[in-house]
Amino acid sequence: MSENAVETYVRPEFENKNLGKALDVDVERPLSLFERIANINAVRKFSILLGLLFAWEAYTQISGVEPLLFPSFSASSIALWETILSGEMFTKIWVTIEILLVGYAAGLACAAIFLIWAVLTRVGSDVLATLTSMFQPLPAISLLPLAMLWFGLGASSLVFVTIHSVLWAVALSTHVGFMGVSETLRMVGRNYGLRGIPYIFKILVPAGFASILIGLKVGWAFAWRTLIGAELVFGALSGSGGLGWMVYEKGENLETTYVFAALFMVIVIGLLVENVIFRNIELKTINKWGMQR
Amino acid sequence: MNDAATGTAGHSPAAPSVEPILDVSGVTLQYKTKEHLITATYRVDFQVFESDRFVLLGPSGCGKSTLLKGVAGYMRPVEGTMKLKGRVITEPGPDRVMVFQEFDQLLPWKTVKQNITFALMNGGKCTSKQEANDVAMEYISKVKLERFEDTYPHMLSGGMKQRVAIARGMAMEPDILLMDEPFAALDALTRRQMQEELLQLWDDTKFTVLFVTHSIEEAVIIGSRILILSPHPGQVKAELNAHQMGHGDVGDKDFSQLQEKIHAMIFADRVLEDETLPNV
Repeated sequence: MSENAVETYVRPEFENKNLGKALDVDVERPLSLFERIANINAVRKFSILLGLLFAWEAYTQISGVEPLLFPSFSASSIALWETILSGEMFTKIWVTIEILLVGYAAGLACAAIFLIWAVLTRVGSDVLATLTSMFQPLPAISLLPLAMLWFGLGASSLVFVTIHSVLWAVALSTHVGFMGVSETLRMVGRNYGLRGIPYIFKILVPAGFASILIGLKVGWAFAWRTLIGAELVFGALSGSGGLGWMVYEKGENLETTYVFAALFMVIVIGLLVENVIFRNIELKTINKWGMQR
Repeated sequence: MNDAATGTAGHSPAAPSVEPILDVSGVTLQYKTKEHLITATYRVDFQVFESDRFVLLGPSGCGKSTLLKGVAGYMRPVEGTMKLKGRVITEPGPDRVMVFQEFDQLLPWKTVKQNITFALMNGGKCTSKQEANDVAMEYISKVKLERFEDTYPHMLSGGMKQRVAIARGMAMEPDILLMDEPFAALDALTRRQMQEELLQLWDDTKFTVLFVTHSIEEAVIIGSRILILSPHPGQVKAELNAHQMGHGDVGDKDFSQLQEKIHAMIFADRVLEDETLPNV
């Protein structure tokens, strides 16, 4: 025992019996107004936007750059306002959005068919993997000349290239999402008698939704840029032009403020879709389910 | 009556029916890894009777989890048959519900209640939403999670998730509940509590359960009958009775004796086996 005592220092036990309430600290304190405002996502992003617009206006005022080459923000806003008032802007937007929605929906439908096939059979899976790696790197716009040969100069050619730009992006990331679904969840699904298409839609789709959503976003971005690009290059040939055609047409006429107005609109629509539509889908799904912080 | 067990006693004296619920005879299970074909179990026989708390016990590598997957229908035996109430098991189905070790077995996109109603509706147990809701609420209150019925799984603790999984399994009222080390990933205190709760639930409804564990103590507490498997490949070493023991007996003389007996059986081959056996 005495040898042990040398090696271990035995201390007396104690208990703090008079532990009072800690009254001199705030256990809970509301955040300051500034902190709460800074916590709002939209406020932070809008301040960045405002900062950029301010920098734009300041640059054009100070540097004295030729307005025909680089118009100021104020001049561009006036042009934007005019086109909005005259209804021209919304007609153009609608032409573009309509083609985009049709192409996007058709692209998703094609992706769904490929994916169902890929999940149910190994051949389908191999076909999808091969086609994706073949077509994913191919710029959709490069198919436009062919599409115009096949479908003529109308909207159907634009829909075709939009489908092409959506399909492979969505198929690829959805496939990756399905692959990542845990074995346990798969077994749970099968345990309760799910198989085939119900199994895909009730287990694989929600379980892989984080990845699917990335596909939807990337697909949207590809479709948007392909379509604007297609209108820009071949828009003059199609009957009624959209936003891309407006950029092209106004550029030809040296109406640079209108070019900026149209580009501004392209960006704003992109931002809205990303930050309003997709953000809300995210909040209502993967954020709510704890799949993403 | 064929006495399948190569071990000690015959059937559990408390077995209320003579026909077994689950009859496993001569089952060899194999699975493939990238480079090997592995024989997980070799000609295993056992029978589970109604209201048994039947425990598969053994060191890692004895194929107990594989055996459970076989019973669940996720794997087909290379030889032998597995019959549930006389019907040969060929695929997974809602008549054998599995409770997994992993916490991710709950569907993250459904709330606690929806997880249970999902199983009830898709498993064909309930046809109307209303009925499924009622059954779900009954079992949620059985596992004392009423306050969390509308909570998503990611907000629950590990123990609560397992309770939901157990409630989901029990709500299906399967012929046999399959549990694959359901408490292994829990901390010691929660595990202890969950074992008690499981035994209380069993006292309530006397469900039949096939329980896999590698903890001798857990086997003796939970099990009414314990099947001991030897490793590489899994073969039946013994079948022992433990129905008379529960949590109150931990540390008792009989309890310790049974524990030591099992310990000796499992580790008897240790000199012949490699050193990868876990410290139980």
